[in-house]
Amino acid sequence: MSEKLLIPLYGDEVAPRFDLAGEVLIVALDDDRTIREDRIIVVSQASAEGLCHLILKEEIGAVICGGIEEEYYQYLKWKRVALVDAVIGPWKAALAAWVDGTLAPGSILYPRRERHEC
Amino acid sequence: MGTVGSCLPRVEGLFQESIALQALIDDIPMGIAILDENLQVTLLNRALCALTGFSQELAAAYRVPCRHVVRSRICAAGCPARKMRTDANPVSVDTDIIDRERQRIPVRITLAPVAGKGETPAGFIETVEDMRPYRELGVRASQAYSFGEIIGKSPRMEKVFSILPAVAQSDSSVLVTGETGTGKDLVAEAIHGASGRAKGPFIKVNCGALPETLLESELFGHRKGAFTGAVENKPGRFQLAHNGTLFLTEIGDLPLTLQVKLLTFLDDQVIYPLGGAKGFQADVRVIAGTHRDLETMVQEGRFRQDLLFRLNVVRVHLPPLREREDDIRLLLDHFLNRFAEKFGKAVGGFSRDALTLLTRYEYPGNVRELRNIVEYAVNVCGETRIGADHLPAYLAEDRPGTGGMASSPDASDPSRRSLSSLDGHKPEETWSEVERRMILDALVRAGGKRTKAAQILGWGRSTLWRKIKQHGIDAP
Repeated sequence: MSEKLLIPLYGDEVAPRFDLAGEVLIVALDDDRTIREDRIIVVSQASAEGLCHLILKEEIGAVICGGIEEEYYQYLKWKRVALVDAVIGPWKAALAAWVDGTLAPGSILYPRRERHEC
Repeated sequence: MGTVGSCLPRVEGLFQESIALQALIDDIPMGIAILDENLQVTLLNRALCALTGFSQELAAAYRVPCRHVVRSRICAAGCPARKMRTDANPVSVDTDIIDRERQRIPVRITLAPVAGKGETPAGFIETVEDMRPYRELGVRASQAYSFGEIIGKSPRMEKVFSILPAVAQSDSSVLVTGETGTGKDLVAEAIHGASGRAKGPFIKVNCGALPETLLESELFGHRKGAFTGAVENKPGRFQLAHNGTLFLTEIGDLPLTLQVKLLTFLDDQVIYPLGGAKGFQADVRVIAGTHRDLETMVQEGRFRQDLLFRLNVVRVHLPPLREREDDIRLLLDHFLNRFAEKFGKAVGGFSRDALTLLTRYEYPGNVRELRNIVEYAVNVCGETRIGADHLPAYLAEDRPGTGGMASSPDASDPSRRSLSSLDGHKPEETWSEVERRMILDALVRAGGKRTKAAQILGWGRSTLWRKIKQHGIDAP
């Protein structure tokens, strides 16, 4: 069964905040988790309510996002949407990690500092 | 983690031995983040870790941009650090964050550049203050029928109260109009206090109090040598109000030449001190107040129309007290409680006669006059209730026209007017004689206490002292 995924965006990154994302990426995945289709939607006005409405309208199965308020987190869970929140990093890396099955809440997808940097 | 912790920076030269910077900032009870030039977090203190739920270990291990750690609203709206030069002033913004517990928390973020060698900062210091305790305090302090220090329950004031929170939250210029004594200053302060600039300075300038040349220097500042006597650089009020609010009271008295300069500032937010070629980018919200009819002044050519349009983005008009009948009793009780507590008097209310006089009076000096009447009455009253005989005598007089628009300069000072009327002031008396009698009367009322007498007269203690000597009064 195919799966639809939504990632709120901030440029090339997963948006730090769900409620403030000005655009979202919607990805349709096949059963084997290969990307069948992806598109970016610019939202007219950033809001958590607006995104929740879009998620339900588009029949999204999973959301990868940064910070999200408990109220909207619980609402989406109740609507049987899978959520991986507090994800930090480029959206491409987040999507790749999701496809690999390695993405978890709080994942940081930026490079680690070299030892001499600290 | 131990490896990461062991290579954290240390502070040398400040104490006898070097200490870990982490330990130093951990003891500060406000969230602090140190960012590099790319806005990546290099150090978080304990308070910020507690507030955001993000750990110092993760910040040290990964190159995480600040926006993913703090997750504030301003990160999405456009981080102020992006435009900061190395010599920029700190920027303070009221906003909110979402922590790891998925809670939205109101915060105040202040961002300051760390000076580098070039024009771009070497890094940034960010402080994040949890505003929840202040919000709770604010809710407790707020009363029904009030906004800031302003009180009222009349429909006219309810209308004002309904727009003030929205006005405060916007950053537009505000024009506060209303007769003398209606509370324009309080409104300006309340707007500032409820705005995102609340922690910034609130600077008030009376445009009618200084001559034109002094006012220009006062408002815009001057450079050393700009004019005779300018022996050093002086920042103007605009500069002092940076990140805050500048309240220009009696804007109608602003000379035309300065109106142009103010207009220029409102357009490009840059001020040029007298004698200085380099401008200063001032982030200042301007609130103007006046009791004058600016539209008429525009028609008469005494006020610039374009400045009026620029200031009149939001207008708050405060009704005179005679149009706020419902509020008179509320204000009387409010000021009675306040002054009874201040002066340590057990005055608990007004007699029926006193209330009749007080509610029938038209208050040309508006709330200020009402407040002064109550202050006077509480001072004079030696009983538990304020009677008609404790009130200034002019309240009992039938004085046509007292409800007019303009009031005399001392219309709101009951002590002065009551002294002349109560004590049988003779028209042939000179001012010096009247003043002497006023001082004596105030001293008698204050039981010989000069501080209290000075309060009754509305003077400073030193003014009273000087005048006592001048009149040769043998005061205790």
